[in-house]
Amino acid sequence: MEKTHSEKTMTLTLKVWRQEPGQTGGFQTYEAPGISEDMSFLEMLDVVNERLIEDGTPPIVFESDCREGICGTCNLMIDGRAHGPEKATATCQLHMRSYNDGDHITIEPWRAASFPIIRDLAVDRSPLDAIQEAGGYITAPTGSASDANLTPVPKPAADAAMDAAACIGCGACVAACPNSAAQLFTAAKVMHMNLLPQGQAERWQRTENMVETMEEYFGSCTNHGECHEACPKEISLDFIAMMNKDYVKSKIKNRKLSGQG
Amino acid sequence: MAQTLSKPGGTQRPAPLRKPVKPLPFPLSLGQTAIGKKWLMALTGIGLIGFVVAHMVGNLHVYEGPAVMAEYAESLRTMFQGLLPRGTVVWVLRLGLIAMFAIHIWAAVTLNSMNIKASPGSYAGGRDYIAANFASRTMRWTGPIILLYVLFHLADLTWGWWLGDKFVHGDPYHNLAASFARPAVLIIYIIANIALALHIFHGAWSMFQSLGINNPKYNAARRGFAAGLAGLILVGNLSFPILSAAGLTDEDNRKCDPYAEEVLECLEEQLAESGH
Repeated sequence: MEKTHSEKTMTLTLKVWRQEPGQTGGFQTYEAPGISEDMSFLEMLDVVNERLIEDGTPPIVFESDCREGICGTCNLMIDGRAHGPEKATATCQLHMRSYNDGDHITIEPWRAASFPIIRDLAVDRSPLDAIQEAGGYITAPTGSASDANLTPVPKPAADAAMDAAACIGCGACVAACPNSAAQLFTAAKVMHMNLLPQGQAERWQRTENMVETMEEYFGSCTNHGECHEACPKEISLDFIAMMNKDYVKSKIKNRKLSGQG
Repeated sequence: MAQTLSKPGGTQRPAPLRKPVKPLPFPLSLGQTAIGKKWLMALTGIGLIGFVVAHMVGNLHVYEGPAVMAEYAESLRTMFQGLLPRGTVVWVLRLGLIAMFAIHIWAAVTLNSMNIKASPGSYAGGRDYIAANFASRTMRWTGPIILLYVLFHLADLTWGWWLGDKFVHGDPYHNLAASFARPAVLIIYIIANIALALHIFHGAWSMFQSLGINNPKYNAARRGFAAGLAGLILVGNLSFPILSAAGLTDEDNRKCDPYAEEVLECLEEQLAESGH
């Protein structure tokens, strides 16, 4: 078989956070030899885990699912950056070609008071679900599908809503925020519906309920902008400004007369 | 949406950090939520920046000499004098300032405690800051520095606590020169005004986000606006201690002796002579 590139392997030193349920955790150091630069970060951890299992050590617990950057399950703080050093990249899409032979890599779980550690690198992100449940839905008729293009949507609104809907709910914004605020996640989830005609029926109720649920679990935004840098989908800070405006409007608006919930 | 691993012993969600509160009527309800508090912080911040700019511009009169400076100080008390008793407007403005300070500080303190509760501490392995700058990360330090400085500044040049006999009520030019004659005070003024500029550099950008003022037509200009405003205030305010130390507020060739009984009358006469 013709080789298109070199079979270069590297040896890495990993400093991984290990924590049993109900106990305090700490870093453990592992050697990771024979790592190909074509592996993803998670495949590298799989290789390390294979070796740990053979040695009779419990494998490192981390979360992953689709491994193609669209499900938002993977979540690692790599060398002090959520999802590692590459921009707009989830951990599963981070490849070992971003590293060099002999590198030391520190891997930590997301840290937020509302993201308790389940085990090792896996944290409970279900408070994000609580925000979603508080209003992340629209009223849609069931039954036969309506005609396509029945509801006119301005192109800019469709584009902006699509940008917000790109959020995969991984929680990197919370992990990267010095205040553990979930503003970027909530803004994306609120605005992708508030921007579209289909989302108008519950617009103000949704904004109010989702924001107030968010504030039960997470910190407050101080506009550092770290969340946007960490976001694998590069959700814009503009959505936070839009959500802030909609939230204060939701408090002022005479919803009864405007006919909106 | 991310699927979370099921935890041993059930799928119960982590307990909320805060309980929902009973909503108060409209304007008060804003004070019950973080976004509402940020909104109040932004509005009071705009008012406070307005004061800082007006205060700085007004103080530039010091470069026109003791007589003009004294006239400017007196004009603050005699604003709308045909309509209202002396000192009314300045006291209304002062009460407004105190209220804005109080709201701004109350929101900062309560939001800060909310944030401390929500974030369990730093990453054990350290973390990288990419977007957060020195100004944004030091807001919780520059804020208290500014508060302490405002109190110091009032005690120094409004109440004259430390100048003692050297403090002459109604002659701000002299008081300023006497105050800046002490090197320690000079350093306090310089440090505090750098802190103020840093605070405004982040605050004047942050307020647009907090208020939801967002438009692609001018979004790119928001950072520049904040930098320009902070720079302007920094240069203006630092000019007073620095130029004073450089000898610009020269007390030696003053025509009116600041310690004479009739200093204010003398300053007034001087003003009339110069054709003001």
